[in-house]
Amino acid sequence: MPSNTIDRTGAPLVKAVNVHKSFGHVEVLKGVDLEVFPGEVVVLLGPSGSGKTTFLRLINQMETLTGGRIWVGGELIGYEERPDGRLQTRKDADIARQRSRIGMVFQRFNLFPHKTALENITEGQIVVSKKPKAAAIERAEDLLRQVGLSDRGSNYPGQLSGGQQQRVAIARALAMDPELMLFDEPTSALDPELVGEVLKVMATLASEGVTMIVVTHEMGFAREVADRVVFMDGGVVVEAGTPDEVLGNPQHERTKAFLTRVSHH
Amino acid sequence: MTSTNPSSDGRPGTIQALPVRRPGRMVGVVVVLLISVGIAYELVTNPAFDWPFTFEAMSQNTVIQGFIFGTLAATVGAMILGVGLGVGMAVMRMSTNPVLRVVAGGYIWFFRAIPRYVLLVILGGAGAFFANGKLWGFDINALSGTVWMAILGLGLSEAAYMAEIARSGIISVDKGQREAAQALGMNPGQTMRRIVLPQAMRVIVPPTGNETIAMFKDTSLLTALPLAMEMYFQLHQIGASTYKLIPSLMGATLYYLITATILGIGQSYLEKHFGRGYAPIPQKRKTKAVANTQGETPLMFPGSDH
Repeated sequence: MPSNTIDRTGAPLVKAVNVHKSFGHVEVLKGVDLEVFPGEVVVLLGPSGSGKTTFLRLINQMETLTGGRIWVGGELIGYEERPDGRLQTRKDADIARQRSRIGMVFQRFNLFPHKTALENITEGQIVVSKKPKAAAIERAEDLLRQVGLSDRGSNYPGQLSGGQQQRVAIARALAMDPELMLFDEPTSALDPELVGEVLKVMATLASEGVTMIVVTHEMGFAREVADRVVFMDGGVVVEAGTPDEVLGNPQHERTKAFLTRVSHH
Repeated sequence: MTSTNPSSDGRPGTIQALPVRRPGRMVGVVVVLLISVGIAYELVTNPAFDWPFTFEAMSQNTVIQGFIFGTLAATVGAMILGVGLGVGMAVMRMSTNPVLRVVAGGYIWFFRAIPRYVLLVILGGAGAFFANGKLWGFDINALSGTVWMAILGLGLSEAAYMAEIARSGIISVDKGQREAAQALGMNPGQTMRRIVLPQAMRVIVPPTGNETIAMFKDTSLLTALPLAMEMYFQLHQIGASTYKLIPSLMGATLYYLITATILGIGQSYLEKHFGRGYAPIPQKRKTKAVANTQGETPLMFPGSDH
């Protein structure tokens, strides 16, 4: 994908500065800086425990920051800056509003099992965006078509394969018209033969200009679709650049070691 | 029947085996049957049961009114209060605020420890504790002996049990469900009402059905209040004044049996309703760090470096 179409002169959509996160005494992120520009596809790579999933979850406030700042669309995530310079924790409703602008796709799909595929996609539109039911259904049917599941709307998640469930989950996130899509290892829980159908949907989104941050181990996807690859290890960004730079000509030993390990599978 | 025998080419066919013999079980069956027949014989032939009197007592107006406006009304009312207050207590118990947690914990501790009968006796005489029998403007004396006091007593007690049932149901819902709802932008209330509670219901409904049936039977404790307009109270009254206590109480037994049966049917219907969407889920397994994309889908992303 041509990375030169990304305009990096304007304001970044996501700006993370010196992001720290500790769970108890364990420091998982030790000062991560990252900027993601509108329309960009960023793939986060790294060994397990490197903090990439935690970083993704911080953007959507599934975890709370212990240090640093994250802005999405120019708005500080989770906190408000008061006139006296101190930070004020945002109210639940405000956090919910911030989350509604960001779509998230989970490793384990997390579809609502008591709702059909179609209802999974209409739920957020009706409850959060307060759309009329008919409009929400129309949009949901549109999205199901886009992910190639137009005949599956009345199925419950339990009746769908993993790949189908993940595609419904992607449609569910897209239904909120998010500015940013986060993918947390979207294919890691899938049988190998189902991985391709999910990656294909993601590649289509990328080509349509959706801003995406993807945590994945799919090297093929990183090489073909990413505008930028960010390699993390030990809670810091080790190396970042185009797929050719990071995957083709890694500069750091840790990156080289990681790439050697994953390529031997 | 060619398939039961080795087929023409000599290979084994369909199995039609004789069942294993269980002589011990046959003896058990005979004993159980004999006891059952003995009980049935006694029920039908022993004149002390006096079934015509039983049916006459059951069809008395005071008994029927007591059943509808006492027994049933108290069951329904107490369960509504118990479920509502119980879910509230469960949510409080899981709150991040320590005051709410401690208050809910204290409530559950108190009302689970105190027997319903004792609680009802205390509530029946509670008016005597307060000046003019009034507390915060409520006239407790006027309330005692009514179905409202019955609902209050049984409901307060039930809420403690329902809180634990609701809590176990809420805990049983996968954490990812809450996250998915929040990621869509739902606030905590919406997440609880639309996503967590409907799924928790699958775990909550079966024990709540048992609680309802138990509550229905516990309305007989309302004689402690006392609540006069209640089926058991009325039938006991008839039995005491006619010296036909057993036939009268057999009438109460029949009321309890029939209603418990109907409640059981309602429970299985509810379980079906809240169990929707839970067909067996296809097995998922973790793939290797780098998975190959093979199969029917086009090979857009060759898996690994070569």
